[in-house]
Amino acid sequence: MTFRIGQTLSSLALGLAVATTALTPVAWAAGASDTDQERAARWQEIAKSIFGDRQIAQTDSLVKIDAPARALDAALVPITLTMPNDGQIKAVSLIIDDNPAPYAAKFEFGPAADPAELKLRVRVNNYTDMHAVVETQDGKLYEAKQFVKASGGCSAPMGMSDEEAMKGMGDMRMKFAETGAGKPVEATLMVRHPNFSGMQMNQVSREYTPARYIDKLTVSAGDQKVFTLTGDISIASNPVINFAFKPDGKPIQVAASDNQGGHWQHSFNPPAPTN
Amino acid sequence: MTAPAVHPRAFPGGRALSRRSALFGGLCLCCLPTLGRAAESFTMAEVGPGIFVRKGLIADATPENADAIANIGFIVGQNGVLVTESGGSLADGQWLRAEIVERTQKPITHVVLTHVHPDHVFGAGAFVQDKPVFIGHAKLTEALSARGEFYRKRLIDLLGEDRTGPVVYPTMTVADTAEIDLGDRRLTFTAHGPAHTTSDLSMIDSGSGLLFPADLLFVNRIPSLDGSLKGWLTEVERLKAMGPTRAVPGHGPVVVDLAPALADLTGYLTTLRDGTRAAIAKDVSIEKAVDTVARDQRDKWALFDTYNGRNVTVAYQELEWE
Ligand SMILES: [Zn+2]
Repeated sequence: MTFRIGQTLSSLALGLAVATTALTPVAWAAGASDTDQERAARWQEIAKSIFGDRQIAQTDSLVKIDAPARALDAALVPITLTMPNDGQIKAVSLIIDDNPAPYAAKFEFGPAADPAELKLRVRVNNYTDMHAVVETQDGKLYEAKQFVKASGGCSAPMGMSDEEAMKGMGDMRMKFAETGAGKPVEATLMVRHPNFSGMQMNQVSREYTPARYIDKLTVSAGDQKVFTLTGDISIASNPVINFAFKPDGKPIQVAASDNQGGHWQHSFNPPAPTN
Repeated sequence: MTAPAVHPRAFPGGRALSRRSALFGGLCLCCLPTLGRAAESFTMAEVGPGIFVRKGLIADATPENADAIANIGFIVGQNGVLVTESGGSLADGQWLRAEIVERTQKPITHVVLTHVHPDHVFGAGAFVQDKPVFIGHAKLTEALSARGEFYRKRLIDLLGEDRTGPVVYPTMTVADTAEIDLGDRRLTFTAHGPAHTTSDLSMIDSGSGLLFPADLLFVNRIPSLDGSLKGWLTEVERLKAMGPTRAVPGHGPVVVDLAPALADLTGYLTTLRDGTRAAIAKDVSIEKAVDTVARDQRDKWALFDTYNGRNVTVAYQELEWE
Protein backbone atom coordinates (compact mmCIF):
# COMPACT_ATOMS: atom_id res chain seq x y z
CA MET A 1 0.00 0.00 0.00
CA THR A 2 2.78 2.37 0.87
CA PHE A 3 4.33 1.40 -2.41
CA ARG A 4 1.19 2.29 -4.25
CA ILE A 5 0.97 5.69 -2.60
CA GLY A 6 4.55 6.39 -3.60
CA GLN A 7 3.82 5.52 -7.18
CA THR A 8 0.73 7.66 -7.31
CA LEU A 9 2.62 10.65 -6.00
CA SER A 10 5.32 10.04 -8.53
CA SER A 11 2.92 10.14 -11.40
CA LEU A 12 1.57 13.45 -10.15
CA ALA A 13 4.98 14.96 -10.82
CA LEU A 14 3.69 15.76 -14.27
CA GLY A 15 1.43 18.39 -12.83
CA LEU A 16 4.17 20.50 -11.31
CA ALA A 17 4.38 23.97 -12.61
CA VAL A 18 8.03 24.64 -12.12
CA ALA A 19 10.63 22.52 -13.78
CA THR A 20 12.72 20.60 -11.36
CA THR A 21 14.51 17.34 -11.39
CA ALA A 22 13.40 16.70 -7.94
CA LEU A 23 10.10 17.43 -6.65
CA THR A 24 6.90 15.56 -6.85
CA PRO A 25 4.02 17.90 -6.25
CA VAL A 26 1.06 16.72 -4.34
CA ALA A 27 -2.31 17.65 -5.69
CA TRP A 28 -4.13 17.21 -2.44
CA ALA A 29 -5.54 20.68 -2.79
CA ALA A 30 -9.28 21.06 -2.78
CA GLY A 31 -10.66 20.15 -6.14
CA ALA A 32 -8.54 17.11 -6.84
CA SER A 33 -10.94 14.76 -5.10
CA ASP A 34 -14.27 16.47 -5.78
CA THR A 35 -17.13 14.34 -7.04
CA ASP A 36 -18.79 14.87 -10.40
CA GLN A 37 -21.81 16.27 -8.59
CA GLU A 38 -19.69 18.82 -6.76
CA ARG A 39 -18.07 19.85 -10.04
CA ALA A 40 -21.45 20.14 -11.76
CA ALA A 41 -22.81 22.27 -8.93
CA ARG A 42 -19.81 24.58 -9.11
CA TRP A 43 -20.25 24.95 -12.86
CA GLN A 44 -23.93 25.84 -12.39
CA GLU A 45 -22.88 28.60 -10.03
CA ILE A 46 -20.16 29.96 -12.33
CA ALA A 47 -22.38 29.77 -15.43
CA LYS A 48 -25.05 31.71 -13.61
CA SER A 49 -22.61 34.43 -12.57
CA ILE A 50 -21.42 34.85 -16.16
CA PHE A 51 -24.50 34.16 -18.27
CA GLY A 52 -27.29 34.87 -15.82
CA ASP A 53 -30.40 32.77 -16.33
CA ARG A 54 -29.75 32.06 -20.00
CA GLN A 55 -30.09 28.44 -21.06
CA ILE A 56 -26.89 26.65 -22.07
CA ALA A 57 -27.34 23.54 -24.19
CA GLN A 58 -24.75 20.76 -24.47
CA THR A 59 -22.95 20.39 -27.79
CA ASP A 60 -20.36 18.08 -29.29
CA SER A 61 -20.43 19.76 -32.67
CA LEU A 62 -20.49 23.54 -32.27
CA VAL A 63 -17.42 23.70 -30.06
CA LYS A 64 -14.85 21.19 -28.88
CA ILE A 65 -12.04 21.66 -26.34
CA ASP A 66 -8.74 19.90 -26.78
CA ALA A 67 -6.47 20.05 -23.77
CA PRO A 68 -3.95 17.57 -22.38
CA ALA A 69 -5.66 15.28 -19.85
CA ARG A 70 -2.61 15.80 -17.64
CA ALA A 71 -0.68 19.01 -18.10
CA LEU A 72 3.11 18.80 -18.50
CA ASP A 73 3.42 22.35 -17.26
CA ALA A 74 0.52 23.79 -15.27
CA ALA A 75 1.68 27.33 -16.08
CA LEU A 76 1.42 26.64 -19.80
CA VAL A 77 -1.45 24.39 -20.80
CA PRO A 78 -2.13 24.50 -24.53
CA ILE A 79 -5.82 24.65 -25.44
CA THR A 80 -7.43 24.23 -28.84
CA LEU A 81 -11.03 25.30 -29.43
CA THR A 82 -12.55 23.86 -32.58
CA MET A 83 -15.67 25.49 -34.00
CA PRO A 84 -16.32 23.98 -37.41
CA ASN A 85 -19.55 25.84 -38.21
CA ASP A 86 -18.22 28.92 -39.95
CA GLY A 87 -20.50 31.90 -39.82
CA GLN A 88 -22.58 30.61 -36.93
CA ILE A 89 -20.31 31.54 -34.04
CA LYS A 90 -20.49 35.00 -32.54
CA ALA A 91 -18.32 34.48 -29.46
CA VAL A 92 -16.59 31.80 -27.41
CA SER A 93 -15.75 31.88 -23.70
CA LEU A 94 -13.25 29.66 -21.93
CA ILE A 95 -13.88 28.97 -18.28
CA ILE A 96 -11.49 27.05 -16.02
CA ASP A 97 -13.84 26.17 -13.19
CA ASP A 98 -11.38 25.73 -10.34
CA ASN A 99 -9.01 28.56 -11.17
CA PRO A 100 -9.05 31.52 -8.75
CA ALA A 101 -10.50 33.63 -11.58
CA PRO A 102 -12.41 31.01 -13.58
CA TYR A 103 -13.39 33.20 -16.52
CA ALA A 104 -10.15 32.84 -18.50
CA ALA A 105 -10.98 34.37 -21.86
CA LYS A 106 -13.74 35.56 -24.13
CA PHE A 107 -13.28 35.92 -27.89
CA GLU A 108 -15.85 37.99 -29.78
CA PHE A 109 -15.54 37.47 -33.51
CA GLY A 110 -15.91 40.08 -36.22
CA PRO A 111 -16.63 39.80 -39.95
CA ALA A 112 -12.99 39.04 -40.85
CA ALA A 113 -12.80 36.05 -38.48
CA ASP A 114 -12.64 32.42 -39.37
CA PRO A 115 -13.26 30.92 -35.95
CA ALA A 116 -12.84 27.30 -37.07
CA GLU A 117 -9.84 26.81 -34.80
CA LEU A 118 -8.42 28.88 -31.99
CA LYS A 119 -5.42 28.06 -29.82
CA LEU A 120 -4.26 29.69 -26.63
CA ARG A 121 -2.18 28.81 -23.57
CA VAL A 122 -3.54 28.99 -20.07
CA ARG A 123 -2.61 28.44 -16.44
CA VAL A 124 -4.39 25.71 -14.54
CA ASN A 125 -4.30 25.86 -10.77
CA ASN A 126 -6.08 22.66 -9.86
CA TYR A 127 -7.69 19.50 -11.14
CA THR A 128 -10.59 21.08 -12.93
CA ASP A 129 -13.34 20.97 -15.47
CA MET A 130 -12.81 23.38 -18.31
CA HIS A 131 -15.82 24.73 -20.19
CA ALA A 132 -16.09 26.37 -23.60
CA VAL A 133 -19.33 28.23 -24.18
CA VAL A 134 -20.16 29.47 -27.68
CA GLU A 135 -22.77 32.04 -28.54
CA THR A 136 -24.28 31.53 -31.98
CA GLN A 137 -25.46 34.35 -34.24
CA ASP A 138 -29.04 33.72 -33.13
CA GLY A 139 -28.04 34.41 -29.54
CA LYS A 140 -28.10 30.85 -28.19
CA LEU A 141 -25.48 29.36 -25.88
CA TYR A 142 -23.85 25.94 -26.15
CA GLU A 143 -21.25 24.36 -23.89
CA ALA A 144 -18.58 21.69 -24.13
CA LYS A 145 -16.44 20.39 -21.28
CA GLN A 146 -13.08 18.76 -20.61
CA PHE A 147 -11.38 17.65 -17.41
CA VAL A 148 -7.73 18.61 -16.92
CA LYS A 149 -5.26 17.46 -14.29
CA ALA A 150 -2.77 20.11 -13.29
CA SER A 151 -1.86 22.03 -10.17
CA GLY A 152 -0.16 25.23 -9.12
CA GLY A 153 -0.23 26.98 -12.51
CA CYS A 154 -1.37 30.32 -11.16
CA SER A 155 0.97 30.57 -8.18
CA ALA A 156 4.00 29.06 -9.93
CA PRO A 157 6.87 31.51 -9.73
CA MET A 158 8.42 32.49 -13.03
CA GLY A 159 11.99 31.43 -13.65
CA MET A 160 13.23 35.01 -13.47
CA SER A 161 12.88 38.28 -11.59
CA ASP A 162 9.85 40.49 -12.16
CA GLU A 163 12.07 43.04 -13.92
CA GLU A 164 13.41 40.40 -16.27
CA ALA A 165 9.92 39.04 -16.90
CA MET A 166 8.77 42.53 -17.91
CA LYS A 167 11.59 43.07 -20.41
CA GLY A 168 10.23 43.93 -23.84
CA MET A 169 6.68 44.11 -22.52
CA GLY A 170 4.29 44.81 -25.36
CA ASP A 171 6.57 43.50 -28.12
CA MET A 172 4.61 41.45 -30.64
CA ARG A 173 5.25 39.08 -33.47
CA MET A 174 2.94 37.56 -36.00
CA LYS A 175 3.58 34.52 -38.14
CA PHE A 176 1.41 33.58 -41.10
CA ALA A 177 1.01 30.08 -42.47
CA GLU A 178 1.15 29.63 -46.24
CA THR A 179 -2.23 29.61 -47.77
CA GLY A 180 -4.04 29.40 -51.09
CA ALA A 181 -5.81 32.36 -52.71
CA GLY A 182 -9.24 33.04 -51.29
CA LYS A 183 -8.66 30.76 -48.30
CA PRO A 184 -8.54 31.92 -44.68
CA VAL A 185 -5.04 32.66 -43.43
CA GLU A 186 -3.77 31.00 -40.27
CA ALA A 187 -1.82 33.33 -38.03
CA THR A 188 0.10 33.08 -34.76
CA LEU A 189 0.18 36.17 -32.59
CA MET A 190 2.87 36.34 -29.91
CA VAL A 191 2.82 39.04 -27.23
CA ARG A 192 5.59 39.71 -24.71
CA HIS A 193 3.85 40.23 -21.40
CA PRO A 194 4.40 38.53 -18.02
CA ASN A 195 0.66 38.32 -17.34
CA PHE A 196 1.40 38.31 -13.61
CA SER A 197 -1.37 36.43 -11.85
CA GLY A 198 -1.15 38.30 -8.54
CA MET A 199 -0.51 34.94 -6.85
CA GLN A 200 3.22 34.75 -7.43
CA MET A 201 5.06 35.66 -4.26
CA ASN A 202 8.43 37.26 -3.86
CA GLN A 203 9.81 35.91 -0.58
CA VAL A 204 12.36 38.67 -0.08
CA SER A 205 9.79 41.44 -0.11
CA ARG A 206 7.19 39.03 1.30
CA GLU A 207 4.77 40.50 -1.17
CA TYR A 208 2.84 39.18 -4.08
CA THR A 209 3.78 40.61 -7.43
CA PRO A 210 0.64 42.61 -8.31
CA ALA A 211 -1.56 41.12 -11.00
CA ARG A 212 -0.71 42.64 -14.35
CA TYR A 213 -2.34 41.00 -17.32
CA ILE A 214 -3.60 41.68 -20.84
CA ASP A 215 -7.28 42.47 -20.37
CA LYS A 216 -8.16 43.52 -23.91
CA LEU A 217 -6.68 42.57 -27.24
CA THR A 218 -8.22 43.41 -30.60
CA VAL A 219 -7.10 42.03 -33.94
CA SER A 220 -8.38 43.60 -37.17
CA ALA A 221 -7.77 42.94 -40.85
CA GLY A 222 -7.93 46.37 -42.40
CA ASP A 223 -11.13 47.93 -41.03
CA GLN A 224 -12.74 44.60 -40.32
CA LYS A 225 -12.54 43.09 -36.87
CA VAL A 226 -11.14 39.57 -36.55
CA PHE A 227 -11.72 39.25 -32.83
CA THR A 228 -11.61 41.01 -29.51
CA LEU A 229 -10.17 39.03 -26.63
CA THR A 230 -11.09 39.85 -23.06
CA GLY A 231 -8.44 38.19 -20.91
CA ASP A 232 -7.59 37.52 -17.30
CA ILE A 233 -4.88 36.06 -15.07
CA SER A 234 -5.47 32.52 -16.35
CA ILE A 235 -3.75 33.31 -19.63
CA ALA A 236 -0.12 32.13 -19.55
CA SER A 237 2.76 34.61 -19.60
CA ASN A 238 3.90 35.76 -23.04
CA PRO A 239 0.49 35.03 -24.58
CA VAL A 240 0.42 33.17 -27.89
CA ILE A 241 -2.82 32.93 -29.86
CA ASN A 242 -3.38 30.99 -33.07
CA PHE A 243 -6.35 32.06 -35.15
CA ALA A 244 -7.50 32.37 -38.76
CA PHE A 245 -8.84 35.34 -40.68
CA LYS A 246 -10.21 36.22 -44.10
CA PRO A 247 -7.54 38.29 -45.83
CA ASP A 248 -8.34 41.34 -47.90
CA GLY A 249 -4.75 42.40 -48.54
CA LYS A 250 -4.70 45.06 -45.83
CA PRO A 251 -2.37 44.94 -42.83
CA ILE A 252 -3.34 43.17 -39.65
CA GLN A 253 -3.66 45.57 -36.72
CA VAL A 254 -3.25 44.45 -33.13
CA ALA A 255 -4.11 46.64 -30.16
CA ALA A 256 -3.52 45.34 -26.66
CA SER A 257 -4.00 46.85 -23.23
CA ASP A 258 -3.40 45.59 -19.72
CA ASN A 259 -5.15 46.20 -16.41
CA GLN A 260 -2.48 48.68 -15.30
CA GLY A 261 -2.91 51.07 -18.19
CA GLY A 262 -0.32 49.60 -20.56
CA HIS A 263 -1.28 50.00 -24.19
CA TRP A 264 0.45 48.66 -27.29
CA GLN A 265 -0.27 48.68 -31.01
CA HIS A 266 1.38 46.84 -33.86
CA SER A 267 0.71 46.31 -37.53
CA PHE A 268 1.68 43.26 -39.58
CA ASN A 269 1.64 42.63 -43.31
CA PRO A 270 0.19 39.26 -44.23
CA PRO A 271 1.88 37.47 -47.12
CA ALA A 272 0.39 38.00 -50.56
CA PRO A 273 -1.81 35.01 -51.35
CA THR A 274 -0.13 32.40 -53.52
CA ASN A 275 -2.03 30.30 -56.01
CA MET B 1 29.58 6.28 -22.07
CA THR B 2 30.90 5.19 -18.76
CA ALA B 3 27.75 3.31 -17.88
CA PRO B 4 25.21 1.63 -20.08
CA ALA B 5 22.27 3.76 -21.08
CA VAL B 6 19.21 2.83 -19.14
CA HIS B 7 15.81 2.49 -20.66
CA PRO B 8 13.13 3.76 -18.30
CA ARG B 9 10.91 0.74 -18.83
CA ALA B 10 13.79 -1.69 -18.60
CA PHE B 11 15.23 -0.28 -15.42
CA PRO B 12 14.88 -3.02 -12.87
CA GLY B 13 16.35 -1.03 -9.99
CA GLY B 14 13.73 1.67 -10.09
CA ARG B 15 10.73 -0.36 -9.13
CA ALA B 16 12.52 -2.85 -6.89
CA LEU B 17 14.20 -0.09 -4.98
CA SER B 18 10.98 1.81 -4.57
CA ARG B 19 9.27 -1.25 -3.21
CA ARG B 20 12.05 -1.99 -0.78
CA SER B 21 12.47 1.57 0.38
CA ALA B 22 8.71 1.82 0.69
CA LEU B 23 8.68 -1.12 3.08
CA PHE B 24 11.42 0.33 5.21
CA GLY B 25 9.82 3.74 5.00
CA GLY B 26 6.59 2.30 6.29
CA LEU B 27 8.34 0.86 9.30
CA CYS B 28 10.47 3.77 10.27
CA LEU B 29 10.13 7.20 8.80
CA CYS B 30 11.19 8.92 11.99
CA CYS B 31 14.53 7.27 12.70
CA LEU B 32 16.79 9.93 11.31
CA PRO B 33 19.37 10.03 9.99
CA THR B 34 18.92 6.56 8.54
CA LEU B 35 16.26 7.90 6.16
CA GLY B 36 14.38 4.68 6.66
CA ARG B 37 16.15 3.06 3.78
CA ALA B 38 17.86 -0.24 3.34
CA ALA B 39 21.35 0.44 4.60
CA GLU B 40 23.05 -1.06 1.58
CA SER B 41 21.15 1.16 -0.81
CA PHE B 42 23.19 4.19 0.20
CA THR B 43 26.91 4.25 0.71
CA MET B 44 29.58 6.85 0.21
CA ALA B 45 32.01 6.06 -2.61
CA GLU B 46 35.53 7.49 -2.32
CA VAL B 47 35.98 8.84 -5.82
CA GLY B 48 39.28 10.63 -5.16
CA PRO B 49 41.61 11.25 -2.20
CA GLY B 50 39.34 12.52 0.57
CA ILE B 51 36.38 12.91 -1.82
CA PHE B 52 33.20 11.02 -0.96
CA VAL B 53 30.06 10.87 -3.09
CA ARG B 54 26.67 9.26 -2.53
CA LYS B 55 24.81 8.26 -5.70
CA GLY B 56 21.28 9.63 -5.80
CA LEU B 57 18.31 7.53 -6.83
CA ILE B 58 17.20 7.78 -10.42
CA ALA B 59 13.67 8.62 -9.31
CA ASP B 60 11.46 11.51 -8.29
CA ALA B 61 10.96 12.60 -4.71
CA THR B 62 8.65 10.36 -2.69
CA PRO B 63 7.84 10.17 1.03
CA GLU B 64 9.99 7.05 1.22
CA ASN B 65 13.14 8.33 -0.48
CA ALA B 66 13.28 11.72 1.28
CA ASP B 67 14.22 13.33 -2.03
CA ALA B 68 17.64 11.64 -1.92
CA ILE B 69 17.89 11.72 -5.68
CA ALA B 70 20.97 13.86 -6.37
CA ASN B 71 24.61 12.89 -6.09
CA ILE B 72 25.79 14.49 -2.88
CA GLY B 73 29.05 14.39 -0.96
CA PHE B 74 32.00 16.11 0.66
CA ILE B 75 35.70 16.82 0.37
CA VAL B 76 37.98 16.51 3.39
CA GLY B 77 40.70 19.15 3.28
CA GLN B 78 43.52 19.88 5.67
CA ASN B 79 41.63 22.67 7.41
CA GLY B 80 38.08 21.46 7.14
CA VAL B 81 35.33 19.76 5.22
CA LEU B 82 33.56 21.19 2.18
CA VAL B 83 30.14 19.76 1.38
CA THR B 84 29.87 19.55 -2.41
CA GLU B 85 26.08 19.04 -2.43
CA SER B 86 23.92 19.04 0.67
CA GLY B 87 21.00 16.77 -0.25
CA GLY B 88 17.34 16.96 -1.18
CA SER B 89 15.81 17.43 2.25
CA LEU B 90 16.78 18.12 5.84
CA ALA B 91 16.61 14.34 6.37
CA ASP B 92 18.93 13.71 3.45
CA GLY B 93 21.33 16.40 4.74
CA GLN B 94 21.30 14.89 8.23
CA TRP B 95 22.17 11.53 6.76
CA LEU B 96 25.11 13.11 4.92
CA ARG B 97 26.27 14.97 8.02
CA ALA B 98 26.31 11.69 9.97
CA GLU B 99 28.45 10.14 7.24
CA ILE B 100 30.90 13.04 7.52
CA VAL B 101 31.11 12.98 11.30
CA GLU B 102 31.79 9.25 11.16
CA ARG B 103 34.84 9.80 8.96
CA THR B 104 36.47 12.95 10.24
CA GLN B 105 36.55 15.27 13.22
CA LYS B 106 37.46 18.26 11.08
CA PRO B 107 34.99 21.13 11.10
CA ILE B 108 32.47 21.49 8.29
CA THR B 109 33.55 24.88 6.97
CA HIS B 110 31.83 25.15 3.57
CA VAL B 111 28.58 23.99 2.02
CA VAL B 112 28.01 24.49 -1.70
CA LEU B 113 24.51 25.30 -2.95
CA THR B 114 24.99 24.35 -6.60
CA HIS B 115 21.68 25.74 -7.91
CA VAL B 116 18.08 26.47 -6.96
CA HIS B 117 16.57 22.99 -7.34
CA PRO B 118 15.21 21.40 -4.17
CA ASP B 119 17.08 18.11 -4.53
CA HIS B 120 20.30 20.14 -4.26
CA VAL B 121 19.57 22.69 -1.54
CA PHE B 122 17.22 21.36 1.12
CA GLY B 123 19.97 19.31 2.77
CA ALA B 124 21.66 22.58 3.76
CA GLY B 125 19.47 22.93 6.85
CA ALA B 126 21.37 20.03 8.44
CA PHE B 127 24.59 22.06 8.39
CA VAL B 128 23.37 25.37 9.80
CA GLN B 129 24.59 24.23 13.26
CA ASP B 130 28.15 24.03 11.88
CA LYS B 131 28.03 27.69 10.82
CA PRO B 132 29.78 27.03 7.51
CA VAL B 133 30.09 29.41 4.59
CA PHE B 134 27.19 28.65 2.25
CA ILE B 135 28.50 29.22 -1.27
CA GLY B 136 26.17 29.96 -4.18
CA HIS B 137 25.81 31.66 -7.54
CA ALA B 138 25.19 35.42 -7.43
CA LYS B 139 21.72 34.79 -8.88
CA LEU B 140 20.85 32.07 -6.38
CA THR B 141 19.47 34.37 -3.68
CA GLU B 142 16.98 35.84 -6.13
CA ALA B 143 16.03 32.42 -7.47
CA LEU B 144 15.53 31.02 -3.96
CA SER B 145 13.49 34.10 -3.05
CA ALA B 146 11.13 33.41 -5.90
CA ARG B 147 10.90 29.66 -5.57
CA GLY B 148 12.22 28.49 -2.22
CA GLU B 149 8.95 28.64 -0.30
CA PHE B 150 7.06 27.16 -3.25
CA TYR B 151 9.42 24.19 -3.28
CA ARG B 152 9.35 23.91 0.51
CA LYS B 153 5.57 23.72 0.69
CA ARG B 154 5.48 20.96 -1.87
CA LEU B 155 8.27 19.10 -0.13
CA ILE B 156 6.40 19.43 3.18
CA ASP B 157 3.33 17.91 1.54
CA LEU B 158 5.50 14.97 0.65
CA LEU B 159 7.84 14.55 3.63
CA GLY B 160 6.33 16.56 6.45
CA GLU B 161 7.81 19.73 7.90
CA ASP B 162 10.33 18.01 10.19
CA ARG B 163 12.07 16.18 7.38
CA THR B 164 11.94 19.06 4.86
CA GLY B 165 13.89 21.79 6.63
CA PRO B 166 14.32 25.50 5.91
CA VAL B 167 15.33 27.37 2.78
CA VAL B 168 19.00 28.23 3.35
CA TYR B 169 20.46 31.20 1.50
CA PRO B 170 24.09 31.60 0.38
CA THR B 171 26.36 33.65 2.63
CA MET B 172 29.06 33.90 -0.04
CA THR B 173 28.04 34.52 -3.62
CA VAL B 174 30.01 34.02 -6.80
CA ALA B 175 29.34 36.32 -9.75
CA ASP B 176 32.20 35.15 -11.93
CA THR B 177 34.84 32.94 -10.32
CA ALA B 178 36.06 32.38 -6.76
CA GLU B 179 38.52 30.22 -4.89
CA ILE B 180 38.38 28.45 -1.53
CA ASP B 181 41.59 27.17 0.09
CA LEU B 182 41.22 24.14 2.33
CA GLY B 183 44.95 24.13 3.14
CA ASP B 184 46.10 21.20 1.02
CA ARG B 185 43.72 21.81 -1.88
CA ARG B 186 41.94 24.68 -3.58
CA LEU B 187 38.42 24.67 -4.95
CA THR B 188 37.77 26.94 -7.92
CA PHE B 189 34.17 28.00 -8.52
CA THR B 190 32.63 29.22 -11.75
CA ALA B 191 29.26 30.97 -11.94
CA HIS B 192 27.62 29.99 -15.22
CA GLY B 193 25.17 31.86 -17.43
CA PRO B 194 21.57 30.60 -17.75
CA ALA B 195 21.81 26.90 -18.61
CA HIS B 196 20.25 24.07 -16.58
CA THR B 197 18.91 26.86 -14.33
CA THR B 198 19.81 30.53 -13.93
CA SER B 199 21.98 29.77 -10.87
CA ASP B 200 24.40 26.99 -11.89
CA LEU B 201 27.72 26.94 -10.02
CA SER B 202 30.51 24.49 -10.94
CA MET B 203 33.66 23.65 -9.02
CA ILE B 204 37.07 22.10 -9.73
CA ASP B 205 39.17 20.47 -7.02
CA SER B 206 42.90 21.12 -7.40
CA GLY B 207 43.74 18.01 -5.36
CA SER B 208 42.12 15.51 -7.71
CA GLY B 209 41.45 17.54 -10.83
CA LEU B 210 37.82 16.43 -10.57
CA LEU B 211 35.10 18.69 -11.95
CA PHE B 212 31.87 19.09 -9.98
CA PRO B 213 29.46 20.43 -12.62
CA ALA B 214 26.33 19.62 -10.55
CA ASP B 215 23.28 19.56 -12.83
CA LEU B 216 25.15 21.04 -15.75
CA LEU B 217 25.92 17.35 -16.28
CA PHE B 218 23.27 14.64 -16.21
CA VAL B 219 24.32 11.05 -16.92
CA ASN B 220 21.73 8.33 -17.66
CA ARG B 221 18.94 10.42 -16.14
CA ILE B 222 17.30 12.70 -18.69
CA PRO B 223 18.53 16.31 -18.32
CA SER B 224 15.85 18.71 -17.14
CA LEU B 225 15.79 22.15 -18.72
CA ASP B 226 14.89 25.07 -16.48
CA GLY B 227 17.16 27.88 -17.66
CA SER B 228 18.22 28.29 -21.26
CA LEU B 229 18.73 25.60 -23.87
CA LYS B 230 21.09 27.68 -25.98
CA GLY B 231 22.86 28.86 -22.85
CA TRP B 232 23.36 25.30 -21.64
CA LEU B 233 25.08 24.32 -24.89
CA THR B 234 27.35 27.36 -24.48
CA GLU B 235 28.22 26.43 -20.90
CA VAL B 236 29.03 22.85 -21.96
CA GLU B 237 31.76 24.31 -24.16
CA ARG B 238 33.00 26.32 -21.22
CA LEU B 239 33.20 23.20 -19.04
CA LYS B 240 35.23 21.47 -21.74
CA ALA B 241 37.58 24.44 -21.99
CA MET B 242 38.31 24.20 -18.27
CA GLY B 243 40.19 21.03 -19.14
CA PRO B 244 39.17 18.41 -16.56
CA THR B 245 38.91 14.80 -17.72
CA ARG B 246 36.68 13.37 -15.01
CA ALA B 247 33.60 14.68 -13.26
CA VAL B 248 31.01 14.00 -10.57
CA PRO B 249 27.67 14.54 -12.32
CA GLY B 250 24.61 15.92 -10.53
CA HIS B 251 22.72 12.75 -11.39
CA GLY B 252 24.04 9.39 -12.56
CA PRO B 253 27.22 7.49 -11.62
CA VAL B 254 29.36 9.00 -8.87
CA VAL B 255 32.19 9.69 -11.28
CA VAL B 256 32.45 9.65 -15.08
CA ASP B 257 34.86 10.44 -17.90
CA LEU B 258 33.87 13.95 -18.87
CA ALA B 259 34.19 13.91 -22.66
CA PRO B 260 31.79 11.04 -23.46
CA ALA B 261 29.33 12.17 -20.78
CA LEU B 262 29.25 15.69 -22.22
CA ALA B 263 28.88 14.21 -25.70
CA ASP B 264 25.74 12.36 -24.60
CA LEU B 265 24.34 15.45 -22.90
CA THR B 266 25.09 17.59 -25.96
CA GLY B 267 23.46 14.92 -28.12
CA TYR B 268 20.22 15.27 -26.22
CA LEU B 269 20.30 19.06 -25.98
CA THR B 270 21.05 19.58 -29.68
CA THR B 271 18.36 17.07 -30.67
CA LEU B 272 15.94 18.96 -28.43
CA ARG B 273 17.03 22.31 -29.90
CA ASP B 274 16.97 21.26 -33.55
CA GLY B 275 13.72 19.32 -33.23
CA THR B 276 11.98 22.20 -31.46
CA ARG B 277 13.29 24.73 -33.98
CA ALA B 278 12.05 22.57 -36.85
CA ALA B 279 8.64 22.23 -35.20
CA ILE B 280 8.37 26.00 -34.75
CA ALA B 281 9.47 26.60 -38.36
CA LYS B 282 6.81 24.20 -39.61
CA ASP B 283 4.12 25.74 -37.36
CA VAL B 284 3.83 22.52 -35.39
CA SER B 285 1.96 23.46 -32.23
CA ILE B 286 3.53 23.13 -28.81
CA GLU B 287 1.14 20.30 -27.85
CA LYS B 288 2.16 18.28 -30.91
CA ALA B 289 5.83 19.13 -30.46
CA VAL B 290 5.91 17.65 -26.94
CA ASP B 291 4.96 14.27 -28.41
CA THR B 292 7.31 14.32 -31.36
CA VAL B 293 10.53 16.19 -30.58
CA ALA B 294 13.62 14.21 -29.49
CA ARG B 295 11.81 10.85 -29.54
CA ASP B 296 14.90 9.14 -30.91
CA GLN B 297 16.61 9.92 -27.59
CA ARG B 298 14.02 7.95 -25.64
CA ASP B 299 16.00 4.74 -25.22
CA LYS B 300 19.06 6.61 -24.00
CA TRP B 301 17.63 8.22 -20.87
CA ALA B 302 15.84 7.14 -17.71
CA LEU B 303 12.66 9.09 -16.88
CA PHE B 304 12.42 10.26 -20.50
CA ASP B 305 8.63 10.07 -20.53
CA THR B 306 8.40 12.14 -17.36
CA TYR B 307 10.61 15.02 -18.46
CA ASN B 308 11.03 15.20 -22.22
CA GLY B 309 7.65 16.82 -22.85
CA ARG B 310 8.39 19.43 -20.21
CA ASN B 311 11.79 20.12 -21.74
CA VAL B 312 10.17 20.62 -25.14
CA THR B 313 7.69 23.05 -23.57
CA VAL B 314 10.52 25.09 -22.05
CA ALA B 315 12.62 24.95 -25.24
CA TYR B 316 9.64 25.95 -27.40
CA GLN B 317 9.05 29.12 -25.37
CA GLU B 318 12.72 30.05 -25.61
CA LEU B 319 13.09 29.34 -29.32
CA GLU B 320 9.78 30.68 -30.64
CA TRP B 321 11.03 34.23 -30.05
CA GLU B 322 14.22 33.70 -32.11
ZN1 LIG C 1 18.73 20.61 -11.08
